[in-house]
Amino acid sequence: MTRLLDHPILGKLPERKAISFQFDGKNYEAYENETIAAALLANGVRTLRLHEESGKPRGIYCNIGHCMECRVTVNGQPNVRACLTIVQQGMVVESGKQLPNAIKRMEEG
Amino acid sequence: MSDVIVIGAGPAGLAGAIACAEFGLKVTVLDEFFRPGGRLLGQLYEEPSGNWWNGIKEAERLQQKTKDLAIDVRCGVSVFNLEKDELLWNVHTNAGSMKASYVLVATGSAEYPIPVPGWTLPGVMSIGAAQVMTNVHRVQVGKKGIIIGANILAFAILTELQLAGIQVDRIVLPEKSPISQEAGEPEEVLKSLLSAAHLAPSLLLRFGSVFMKNGLLRKIALNFYPKGGMKISGTPLQLRKAAMEIVGKKQVEGVRVVDITPNGATVPGSDKIYEADFVCIAGGLYPLTEITAVAGCPFQFVPELGGHIPVHSEWMETPLQGLFVAGNITGIEGGKIAMAQGTVAGLAIVKRSGKEAGSIDRLLQKSVDYVRDVRQHAPIQFNPGVDEGRQTMKELWVSKYGKEGKVIS
Ligand SMILES: Cc1cc2nc3c(=O)[nH]c(=O)nc-3n(C[C@H](O)[C@H](O)[C@H](O)COP(=O)(O)OP(=O)(O)OC[C@H]3O[C@@H](n4cnc5c(N)ncnc54)[C@H](O)[C@@H]3O)c2cc1C
Ligand code: FES
Repeated sequence: MTRLLDHPILGKLPERKAISFQFDGKNYEAYENETIAAALLANGVRTLRLHEESGKPRGIYCNIGHCMECRVTVNGQPNVRACLTIVQQGMVVESGKQLPNAIKRMEEG
Repeated sequence: MSDVIVIGAGPAGLAGAIACAEFGLKVTVLDEFFRPGGRLLGQLYEEPSGNWWNGIKEAERLQQKTKDLAIDVRCGVSVFNLEKDELLWNVHTNAGSMKASYVLVATGSAEYPIPVPGWTLPGVMSIGAAQVMTNVHRVQVGKKGIIIGANILAFAILTELQLAGIQVDRIVLPEKSPISQEAGEPEEVLKSLLSAAHLAPSLLLRFGSVFMKNGLLRKIALNFYPKGGMKISGTPLQLRKAAMEIVGKKQVEGVRVVDITPNGATVPGSDKIYEADFVCIAGGLYPLTEITAVAGCPFQFVPELGGHIPVHSEWMETPLQGLFVAGNITGIEGGKIAMAQGTVAGLAIVKRSGKEAGSIDRLLQKSVDYVRDVRQHAPIQFNPGVDEGRQTMKELWVSKYGKEGKVIS
């Protein structure tokens, strides 16, 4: 996806400082004051985690902090909402993973 | 310690905080979003007068006022509990607890999801999510999208997406089910769209909105509803089609759509898959009331206001001493009304605090009248029955607690 640089009513996007951050070990570019979710979508990344039990991919749903669908791990802290969290230079973000024991439970059940 | 803690920095919370601070009360505002403004952020539409309502600008104007008045606005703070000891309200947040004599809860509203099969695929989002991504973050949500659900918010945001150059392929209804209810019945949808005539003028002009008030004519019109839908500034609104499933392996690839009858029954064998790389679900809004519930506030079910509403007076006072509410938590309406309600709540707090004995009664009355005035001229209204809903709540309050201004428990 791309950024909407110009807009007929809202005007041009102001100049912002580019920063870089990591998501699942890969480097991405973002702009200052951008949320993790917005920066990743601008880079074409929609999947933020795999469902803990089913392993199915999940991305943002509400984008304003209500649904908890966008949980990621930020600098080691789990369950951070990507849609509310501003990305910082050098931030290390990891997607939520399917839990290994969940797979086992599913196989057993 | 602050005199007042405001929960929610949307138009209602900010206006309330400003009214309090203008009379010298010390105010702290808490919001879990990373910047103030609430759902004002992203709102963008042309009013009948030809002016553009730009929510980001409004939010910045309010934020500037809070700075001028030295109001302590803290973003990134989530409130999860609210309780009272003998004297003070205790507000518990992810950043610690704080106390105040007065609390204004202005947490706004949230969107109902509609669990269409496949709705958890990346690329499926609420219609409000697309609004914020487009107008606030300025990131493209996709190349080609489909909106599921035809309501006022969907139309407002469709126009915003088009304005930003994002292609919306079509609007279809959700499949009729116990959850989607009337949102899955073409006739009911058409009825509710009449209250949004100015947001979809081309469509309703073609139908002739006067005739459409008649139920029988509405049915006839739906029987002849063009298969391809009627266009809203370029995007077909397909009232006779329903989304059965969102398809895709790792993310959205399309929507499986089926023809439906005027009352929402599916036509077997009419399935078709339309390609899309994003889907917006427009399920409608409900008031976000948890914080008042944990505080022990009584509730009343008022469907015209959007569901279970904390009981409150026209002064936005709840039966719990020192606890006030304003904005969408008291009923689903537009941003301007929320702002006007916030001012009422702020002035009511000023009155209860005894800060301004002289002129406050007159100001408070004026602010209450102003809410009605704004409501009458609102550019966007989510529920045509909102006036009755407000009246129901007012009568309930008067019957239980007497007229506003009486000292309560
Ligand atoms: C997705 C969406 C789109 C909308 N679009 C429009 C539109 O285009 N036009 C229109 O007129 N109206 C729109 N509305 C209606 C909107 O609710 C009102 O216009 C107005 O913003 C309501 O103001 P408010 O102050 O009551 O609540 P809001 O503006 O919703 O503000 C509430 C604030 O409280 C914060 N909050 C909530 N819970 C907590 C908590 N526990 N702890 C900390 N902070 C919390 C939220 O982060 C938010 O910033 C929309 C509503 C939604 C939900
Ligand atoms: S997308 Fe809903 S909480 Fe982040």
